[in-house]
Amino acid sequence: MAVERILKDEASEEKGERARMASFIGAMAIADLVKTTLGPKGMDKILQSTGRGREVTVTNDGATILKSLHIDNPAAKVLVDISKVQDDEVGDGTTSVVVLAGELLREAEKLVAAKIHPMTIIAGYRMAAECARNALLQKVVDNKEDPEKFKSDLMKIAMTTLSSKILSQDKEHFAKLAVDAVMRLKGSTNLESIQIIKKPGGSLKDSFLDEGFILDKKIGIGQPKRIENAKILVANTAMDTDKVKIYGARVRVDSMSKVAEIEGAEKEKMREKVQKIIAHGINCFVNRQLIYNFPEELFADAGILAIEHADFDGIERLALVTGGEIASTFDNPESVKLGHCKLIEEIMIGEDKLIHFSGVELGQACTIVLRGASHHVLDEAERSLHDALCVLSQTVNDSRVLLGGGWPEMVMSKDVDELARKTPGKKSHAIEAFSRALVAIPTIISDNAGLDSAELIAQLRAEHQKEGCTAGIDVISGSVGDMAQRGISEAFKVKQAVLLSATEAAEMILRVDEIITCAPRRREDRMTQVMERVVCDTVWLQKLGRCAILMHLSF
Amino acid sequence: MALAFDEFGRPFIIIKEQEQKTRLRGLEAQKANISAGKAIARILKTSLGPKGMDKMLQSPDGDVTITNDGATILEQMDVDNQIAKLMVELSRSQDYEIGDGTTGVVVMAGALLEQAELLLERGIHPIRIAEGYEMASRIAFEHMEKIAQKFDYGVSNFEPLVQTCMTTLSSKIVNRCKRNLAEIAVKAVLAVADLERKDVNLDLIKVEGKVGGKLEDTELIYGILVDKDMSHPQMPKQIEDAKIAILTCPFEPPKPKTKHKVDIDTVEKFQNLRQQEHKYFDDMVQQCKDVGATLVICQWGFDDEANHLLMHRNLPAVRWVGGVELELIAIATGGRIVPRFQELTPEKLGKAGLVREKAFGTTKDRMLYIEHCANSRAVTIFIRGGNKMMIEETKRSIHDALCVARNLIRNNRIVYGGGSAEISCSIAVEAAADRYPGVEQYAIRAFADALDAVPMALAENSGLQPIETLSAVKSQQIKENNPYCGIDCNDVGTNDMREQNVFETLIGKQQQLLLATQVVKMILKIDDVISPSEY
Repeated sequence: MAVERILKDEASEEKGERARMASFIGAMAIADLVKTTLGPKGMDKILQSTGRGREVTVTNDGATILKSLHIDNPAAKVLVDISKVQDDEVGDGTTSVVVLAGELLREAEKLVAAKIHPMTIIAGYRMAAECARNALLQKVVDNKEDPEKFKSDLMKIAMTTLSSKILSQDKEHFAKLAVDAVMRLKGSTNLESIQIIKKPGGSLKDSFLDEGFILDKKIGIGQPKRIENAKILVANTAMDTDKVKIYGARVRVDSMSKVAEIEGAEKEKMREKVQKIIAHGINCFVNRQLIYNFPEELFADAGILAIEHADFDGIERLALVTGGEIASTFDNPESVKLGHCKLIEEIMIGEDKLIHFSGVELGQACTIVLRGASHHVLDEAERSLHDALCVLSQTVNDSRVLLGGGWPEMVMSKDVDELARKTPGKKSHAIEAFSRALVAIPTIISDNAGLDSAELIAQLRAEHQKEGCTAGIDVISGSVGDMAQRGISEAFKVKQAVLLSATEAAEMILRVDEIITCAPRRREDRMTQVMERVVCDTVWLQKLGRCAILMHLSF
Repeated sequence: MALAFDEFGRPFIIIKEQEQKTRLRGLEAQKANISAGKAIARILKTSLGPKGMDKMLQSPDGDVTITNDGATILEQMDVDNQIAKLMVELSRSQDYEIGDGTTGVVVMAGALLEQAELLLERGIHPIRIAEGYEMASRIAFEHMEKIAQKFDYGVSNFEPLVQTCMTTLSSKIVNRCKRNLAEIAVKAVLAVADLERKDVNLDLIKVEGKVGGKLEDTELIYGILVDKDMSHPQMPKQIEDAKIAILTCPFEPPKPKTKHKVDIDTVEKFQNLRQQEHKYFDDMVQQCKDVGATLVICQWGFDDEANHLLMHRNLPAVRWVGGVELELIAIATGGRIVPRFQELTPEKLGKAGLVREKAFGTTKDRMLYIEHCANSRAVTIFIRGGNKMMIEETKRSIHDALCVARNLIRNNRIVYGGGSAEISCSIAVEAAADRYPGVEQYAIRAFADALDAVPMALAENSGLQPIETLSAVKSQQIKENNPYCGIDCNDVGTNDMREQNVFETLIGKQQQLLLATQVVKMILKIDDVISPSEY
């Protein structure tokens, strides 16, 4: 007799081999999708949303690509999630983590086909991951004691991170920007205090770091355009009409004259408020909310610079920079902490006027102004810079550094291979597979650069049998080179996070033997589907590469 | 559908809209029900034991859950069949009562149904089968009491508790650091346990999770963790020896419930009102300050003006704290929840040794720790992990471990795991079966066979030969008269579960037996299924 339906309509259930197949294929498809963006010669992707406006994003950042894809496969969602967490936690390596997890699953698929139980594979992967981590720990370099060397380490890391992004042409310039900005934070990881302002126009080279603070606002008319030794009051208060907040209050009058009286009283109230603010002895007033014409005029009369409608982040940052507190009542001028700075002036970037605060008290915050040909370039530049800043700020706290260019993967794979030889039992196959998955990363890097990966990886492996080897893949010259000499470094924290989360995700997907999909909830089909097009993938175009795509866009 | 006709050949309409309903009767109904129940059990069977696999569930909104927990799988599966829903209920009630063994109970029920099907085919009446099962379950229940062991623990010697929790955790994805998590769970339970009354209120243990970091960073906080930050960015981030005012009234102008209007018709009134409003804010903050509070925790929002006043008077505050958290804070700090500013008194303030704000990762995530409280009777387990699904699964695993630890405190008797208890019961039931005259004998034997299903599934999931392994263990139990032999899932090399330290709670196992038997009895008694046919 036929089994009656157990699940609801449209719900589906996949079991055993089929379920495993579905999740492997989904995860590998995602990994293959972002694979081509890996490494310094990795390609970008154009993402076009099908929503209104057909907005276009050009990016090389794994997390951004994955976030905007509309994915149905549950296993693929796990990979998207780890890439997002990688972005939140360390900021970089978002592509590597997905590629590594994909490779681990690809190897696992072969093992499952060879009739090895997933639990055995997981046990092997766990041992291998532990061993790989220890191998890295032995090789790390920590230059915290020596500030000179530490700074050069940071420079190297920033350059390595940026070299795979759109900023690679000017990577030295931007690396310096990023390192300077992060050094000012003095160990805090709060990237909020680094402000990035994007202004189209000029070229990427014209981007600069400003030590002071730039607020994207205009100065009111008739107010001083330049203030020296400014005393700043940062406020969050209503400066339109100060409403009566008591519930149910309303004005009810019986004659026109009364209306005028009350209006007068209202005005008087505002005037009093402004007087109180002026009594703080300030010459600059920044408010989060609107300032109406009347109080603005009063401020202008008193020679005070009044800036309205600064956004919330701007207010907080300004308070942080100038050392003032955000005020909402103004009755005790003596106890409110005011902010200070040497000079406030209006500056021009491109054709926009901005307000520039320089000589600020607490030098913790700073502003980076990005210039570039188009919005797409600027957006991508911001993402790249954000990655670099994240990595640097994490490195400042955990200063352990590794070499780059596939060196860490080779070191790990060598140790893991050794472990495989020593381990009895079926687990050793899994450990061996782990090592193969690790080698896949340098292989992909060289493949993306149009190099002969089989030849290079074999050379690299031979090279790594020597004690204290520093060889990695030098994509620029297309050969195996000394990474220490080339100054290619990566942060240990990033590599560790990549290793651990990729293993964790692979383990999670491997453990699944059944997928149950509920019936999708009925709703309007408004979901923005994102189409992904790989613009060019042939080797000869790779040489023209990114420039070609970008030029196309900017015209 | 079978119809009844009157003498003129017209059909009797008995059920409303009879034509549109499908109806299954008699043996057919029973078989359909049994096969539905079996189908559910088959889904869960592979999740059993330390080598059990996980299930991936996609919700109607597309969210993915990966889990090993039977109750969660069934709850999210969106089943449509009535009998399948019964099985879901079964697993849920095991979850509510015991918290662990949610997979085992469904597998057990599935095995009982499978055996019942065979008996039905031989023509045994379902009620007789049900009665036989009832007798058999009583025998097994009593036998379990016999083989159960008491084990001693104290507040200082909680190693045995940790071992039991580790058994629970070993079947989950978190088994990488089960030792750590088991210790955390046991410490948390002991912190809130009422050892004299032998009860634990699990509501006092809050489980919070945040993505990022490693699983190893999971920690136990003797205090409360609130996913909120200070209301004003410039308030102090750390307060020592805090006196906490816990308020459920907003720092906003009063809003009387009755409808009212305040009319302003003269300038004086306007100014008067303004002053009053001003004074109102001032009074609120002053009242908090007067009773000596150094931290205000409020369930509602603050007006900008009040917020600044608070910061100005150096009175840090937290807003929009949820009701449950507010209660926990009140319990932990020994304070009272105050609904009105006028009712604030120094005695009603809560006390905490340290309150601090902590930031995470590269984004601006902050959380508030309230530690060293006056009354350490509320604790928080803070979970970190690589991704969202991992955190969710860890939360569920920790919940299971907490439940197990609580059950042990309620009743400190244990049985050994690895299927040993089931095998032992199966032998006892089999032996007892011969003493029953009547048809029930067959049902009792079938029950014994069904009991073997759990160890069989364990062996199968661990990659062992199920029948071979089971018969070997069974004969070993009888030969050595040792009820502690089980399936060696982890390939340790010994069958003796005492050496492997695999325990389960007695009440958990007994409950599994009783619940499974009850549901199976209920399913067997159904002989007519009427359902609207929708197509």
